Amino acid sequence: MDDVLLSVRDLVVQFPTRGGILTALDGISFDIKRGEVLGVVGESGAGKSMTGAAIIGLIEPPGRIGGGQIHLGGERIDNLSMDDMRAIRGKRIAMVFQDPLTSLNPLFTIAEQLVETIQTHLNVSAREARDRAIALLDDVGIPAASRRIDDYPHQFSGGMRQRVVIALALAAEPDLVIADEPTTALDVSVQAQIIDVLKRLCSERGASVMLITHDMGVIAETADRVAVLYAGRLAEIGPVRDVIKDALHPYTHGLMGSIPTLAQEDDRLVQIPGAMPRLTDIPDGCAFNPRCDRVFDRCRVERPDPMPHGTRQVACWLYDEQQIKAAE
Amino acid sequence: MLAFIIRRVLQSVVVLLVVGLVAFSLFRFVGDPVDNLLGQERTIEDIDRVRSELGLDQPFPVQYFRFLQGVAQGNFGVSFRQGRPVADILAERAPATLELAAVSALFAIVLGITLGVYTAIRRDGWLSNFIMTSSLIGVSLPTFLIGILLIYVFAVELGWLPSFGRGETVRIGWWSTGLLTESGLKAIILPAITLGLYQMTLIMRLVRAEMLEVLRSDYVKFARARGLSQRAVYFRHALKNTLVPVITITGLQLGSIIAFAIITETVFQWPGVGLLFINSIQFVDIPVMASYLMLISVMFVVINLIVDLLYFAIDPRLSASRGGGH
Repeated sequence: MDDVLLSVRDLVVQFPTRGGILTALDGISFDIKRGEVLGVVGESGAGKSMTGAAIIGLIEPPGRIGGGQIHLGGERIDNLSMDDMRAIRGKRIAMVFQDPLTSLNPLFTIAEQLVETIQTHLNVSAREARDRAIALLDDVGIPAASRRIDDYPHQFSGGMRQRVVIALALAAEPDLVIADEPTTALDVSVQAQIIDVLKRLCSERGASVMLITHDMGVIAETADRVAVLYAGRLAEIGPVRDVIKDALHPYTHGLMGSIPTLAQEDDRLVQIPGAMPRLTDIPDGCAFNPRCDRVFDRCRVERPDPMPHGTRQVACWLYDEQQIKAAE
Repeated sequence: MLAFIIRRVLQSVVVLLVVGLVAFSLFRFVGDPVDNLLGQERTIEDIDRVRSELGLDQPFPVQYFRFLQGVAQGNFGVSFRQGRPVADILAERAPATLELAAVSALFAIVLGITLGVYTAIRRDGWLSNFIMTSSLIGVSLPTFLIGILLIYVFAVELGWLPSFGRGETVRIGWWSTGLLTESGLKAIILPAITLGLYQMTLIMRLVRAEMLEVLRSDYVKFARARGLSQRAVYFRHALKNTLVPVITITGLQLGSIIAFAIITETVFQWPGVGLLFINSIQFVDIPVMASYLMLISVMFVVINLIVDLLYFAIDPRLSASRGGGH
């Protein structure tokens, strides 16, 4: 258990609204080991970004954590005060956002933003902070870093800005980097470079990564394990290789089938019929049951919790051991 | 940058010429100054003589041109009513108005930004709601009414502050200041609040709206995610971005503080150029009115130029787009 860096247990995130309480995340549990890259996939609105926001303690009000626990390196962090949580943000957990064009403050130079971040977390002089900032920019692959550091964000291209964002995230050597769709807003040609920079720098520093994306290709190449979210619940989690080769949950199966490959170019892409339910009308039982092609009676009544299955956990009654035994 | 300033100054000259032209064409409808100058016992010959002495028998474009000729040589003409050079009268009156405007602007900007930021950060606090509600009063009450109410409460009922005038003044060179004597400082409080209240509430509501917008932006989220202190997030990252649009409005408001001083100066009998203008209208003192309007236009133009230059100081993206990038 020592090598578990982050442990999320039964995490519930709720939004009180006029019409009642909306549950955006409903009982999510997973671990991230030290140095591990965990991919988090799912459709828009499945709760991927919400999970990241909950971990770093930045859920937009009126949203709140309504249950469960989050531990970082053995210490509980979901109930910390604002000040204690602020000391963890940036220092131990860092975040990279989707859009590099809007993540940087346009009115401050790169140097100002980097030095400010470094000095917030590390007790160093302005001179040392600046040297450190230049070294970071070098690491993320910004050419002529010592000259470019005094430029403003608008003087950089999108890909370069995302490199700056990564440098900012890594400024205080965090243990965990939450990357929320870091390449979605970028040109395809730049995406691979950014993922490469992120992965290389984190593994050099021994930092774990929670990579939120809906690009299965990125997950396949980058992640060690993958968690599949559906309608605020965990559908399946396990080693990337296993999940991609042999998806257990029918939803994961559909998700994998929707990736185009050159080998099967004559085949039609598999589609999952229907759309993910809105948070206001998640069906009884398994949230996926109206769209599932292997649905049976129990799925419509009883909600499946993730259950162990080999190297993985899967929230599907098909794999309930009792079911398996009954079938024998 | 220099080319930009030169271009703006040239544009400003055109603006000033047009303002003067409009003003002069309006003066023809204000009344006939000769009636006031000569009194009841005038003869037709007297009237014609004075008319031609003052050049009032000329068509108004010619009058305007003569006025401009004078202005270009630093000669603003002679007041019909006081018989003294307008430049002297204005120089005597201007410090009162400028001091009043400066104190009002300071009050409006400092309090407006502070309250705006406070109500944005504590969005749902009871104090914020109270401030927001009472700011509606500042926006909706007319200036003269606020002035009269303040006089009633603080001068008549409580007797704390004077209700009119400027108090004692001290001369520093040609500038007479009321800011160095106790009675002068007391006297400026009520007029300054009256004049600045509307601008203050306007700036406050604008800062609040902009700040709320900026606080939702990605770079503020990212600043929070980097663990920066609340103070750094609010007062470094958010406030600076808030100020870009606020500066435009504030700049324009500064101009109108000087222009609207007319009403406040009338209510408080403040011996500034606004009061001078009102008195001049009653007397159809064309040289004074024309010079006053030109003076106000020059101030507007100068303030706008300063605002434009401030943009460059605050927003680096502008210098890039104007200067052709790096």
